[in-house]
Amino acid sequence: MRQPQPRGPLGEDLLAVLRERPGSPDARRRAEDLADAARAAVARSEGISTDEDVQLALFVLHALAYQGVEGIDDRWETDPDALRVREILAEAFEAQLRAEVPADTPPRTPQAVADALFAMAADDDGPSLARFLSGRATAEQAREFLQLKSLYQLMEADPHTWAIPRLAGRSKAGLIEIQIDEYGGGSAHRMHSALFAAGMREAGLDDTWGGAVDRVPAAWLAGVNAITMFGLHRRLRGAVVGHLAMYEITSSVPSRFLARGFRRLELPAAAAFYDEHVEADAAHEQIAARDMAGGLVVEDPAVAEDVFFGARCVLHLDALAAGQALSRWEAGESALRASAAETARRGPAELVS
Amino acid sequence: MSAGRPAGDREPPGDREAAAGSGAAAGPGSAAAAGPAAGSEPVTITVCPDGPLLVRGGYELLDGDDRPIDPGRATVALCRCGASAIKPFCDGSHKRARFRAR
Repeated sequence: MRQPQPRGPLGEDLLAVLRERPGSPDARRRAEDLADAARAAVARSEGISTDEDVQLALFVLHALAYQGVEGIDDRWETDPDALRVREILAEAFEAQLRAEVPADTPPRTPQAVADALFAMAADDDGPSLARFLSGRATAEQAREFLQLKSLYQLMEADPHTWAIPRLAGRSKAGLIEIQIDEYGGGSAHRMHSALFAAGMREAGLDDTWGGAVDRVPAAWLAGVNAITMFGLHRRLRGAVVGHLAMYEITSSVPSRFLARGFRRLELPAAAAFYDEHVEADAAHEQIAARDMAGGLVVEDPAVAEDVFFGARCVLHLDALAAGQALSRWEAGESALRASAAETARRGPAELVS
Repeated sequence: MSAGRPAGDREPPGDREAAAGSGAAAGPGSAAAAGPAAGSEPVTITVCPDGPLLVRGGYELLDGDDRPIDPGRATVALCRCGASAIKPFCDGSHKRARFRAR
């Protein structure tokens, strides 16, 4: 992706270091100081999940493990100092999530796990973006919605794929059964990420991964950072499985509303993306809840509680993101961060806010 | 993408299933890479409690006139509650309908 604009002192320091050649004496000296900058950012944060500086820094560090960042050397992905910064931020983020979501006592059979996950979703009363999109959203709000979703949807399924080599048996087979569908059964143009890209082009938007990053607020970055954090740590294999299960369980019905909304706004490619998710995810949620999540709880009981932690994080972070967009839209404002052009027009005074 | 997928969304020439032809004539599984058309695999049907029938393996999906229905994917969830808007497939409506059958 293109290099994003920093959102605070940590981002300023991080991007300045990452633009250097890794291993050079100057880069090494400055990279060592980054850990202190990361700790300071965490210390002054009033909430990691909505902290613009921290979430953007984490998103950039995570991007190095996906499709990279323009102008940043690929070797930074495994540079010890960059990894240390990533882990300081991830640890603080995980700790906050664990403090914010309720703990569950996981049941012991696959069907009981499925029942518990479906019940957890049914009890959720978070705000519904899908219903807003279905009946009320303007064309401009729908375009904003696509941009907010694009950081995940243009790499849909990739974060959960990290879990494949960390699982075995029924849970692994279940995950693969889902991922095959996510990746269009091996046809590039049917990959879900490609269907979403077609929806963005239809709406006149940039369909390159990360293209919208400067416009996307922390509450939305947090959702993507959480899955990547789960996916990149074998220790958190239970959480990534629980995350995907809850993603699938909360997708089919909202996708029907979203498809209706995009059809109403005459954006058929975006509607087709959500139509596909109505049908696909009605099958995926059954596989995910019983075979993948239920299978893992039986096969790997040590991570059973994390399956439910990962599932809880979906509901928690989705509510945070939906609440951010809905409150801005209800106030008649844009849900996006101001573009660089808008910021320049308003003058430097607002840059600090 | 349901059975009613527009023709323009079919595999372009050169794709893996293109040799099988296009449209319904290709038979079930033409759009699903893993393809239930394999035939040799045993069919399993999981009766999902309070939910759909989850069908895997070498099945063939046919309508009342024996015409193939494209399942669109290898593993398919078939509506059991009657409330789906995309029958014969499940769309998750059993939750709102509070369908109960273990």
